[in-house]
Amino acid sequence: MIIAQQKPVKDIAAMISDCNKVLLVGCAGCVTVCLAGGEKETEVLASSLRIMRKLEDKPLETVTYVATRQCDPEYIAALDNLVKDVDAVVSLACGVGVQYIAERFTDKWVVPALDTKFIGGSTVHGNWEEKCGLCGDCILHRTGGICPIIRCSKSILNGPCGGSQYGKCEISKDIDCAWQLIYDRMKALGKLDKLMEFQPPKDWSKSRDGGPRKAVREDVMID
Amino acid sequence: MPCSGTIDHRVLLQTFEDGADGVFVAGCMEGDCHFLKGNFRAKKRVQQVKKILDEIGFGGERLEFYNLSAAQGQRFAEIVKEMTERVLKLGPNPLLAKSCKKEGGAA
Repeated sequence: MIIAQQKPVKDIAAMISDCNKVLLVGCAGCVTVCLAGGEKETEVLASSLRIMRKLEDKPLETVTYVATRQCDPEYIAALDNLVKDVDAVVSLACGVGVQYIAERFTDKWVVPALDTKFIGGSTVHGNWEEKCGLCGDCILHRTGGICPIIRCSKSILNGPCGGSQYGKCEISKDIDCAWQLIYDRMKALGKLDKLMEFQPPKDWSKSRDGGPRKAVREDVMID
Repeated sequence: MPCSGTIDHRVLLQTFEDGADGVFVAGCMEGDCHFLKGNFRAKKRVQQVKKILDEIGFGGERLEFYNLSAAQGQRFAEIVKEMTERVLKLGPNPLLAKSCKKEGGAA
């Protein structure tokens, strides 16, 4: 899932300092699961902003809504009536949701309440870590299910660098060397020979080097 | 509420929006939670809301968490006294003061 974290309330308040009424839109997708922009976080932020503005003697009226997803136009359409009389929309979604709202409501001031951090998962409740580099050409079948692109600090594709010591990365003793993990796992699986197979240079045009990417499934498109 | 572990950030913030001068949450003694971790969770949530209140300039000192058993009447009285003294020092809820000022001005 996409992992995001809320910006400081003061920063969000500064973005809407000239507004009297705002709509705060949460998202029931990834940011609900990573506890950054779900129903609860939306209401807590609304309350925080109201208190802050009342202290400044500039009361703020808030309306809250949680979209099923902010990355699908059909769920953004549900906001049509809610945005009519607000001065701004505060999106508690990832960067995708903010852009979908801004695209639909071209005359509205739309601001992000979250910083979109990375694609990852949880290790324990309240702790998330990056797991996928979104390279567009998955090689996990060659690396024992461990992604060297995002889990190796240098994204090296052909083994550890000289900074790998005792299974840890040189940038921090808290970070495992991805290539040590890959080697250990492939050894345990009896597949070390796979690491010796010749691999052509990775095609980075499938990653960000090719510009904004698109994915198409014509069979599911509705005419 | 049946267990301090059900306390919600939103409820705590709402109490201050509604005009409370101070709020304390009393959870069971550590190790005595019927649900094992309810009081620890409540304590963490209260700490988080205190942080939010500090961040937005309201002041987290108006909110506190205590561990307290239902059999500790004397301790309860001490806590109430402690919180009352703290709130008296801090003065009335600043949000309420703003509202009164405005209402007074309008009248």
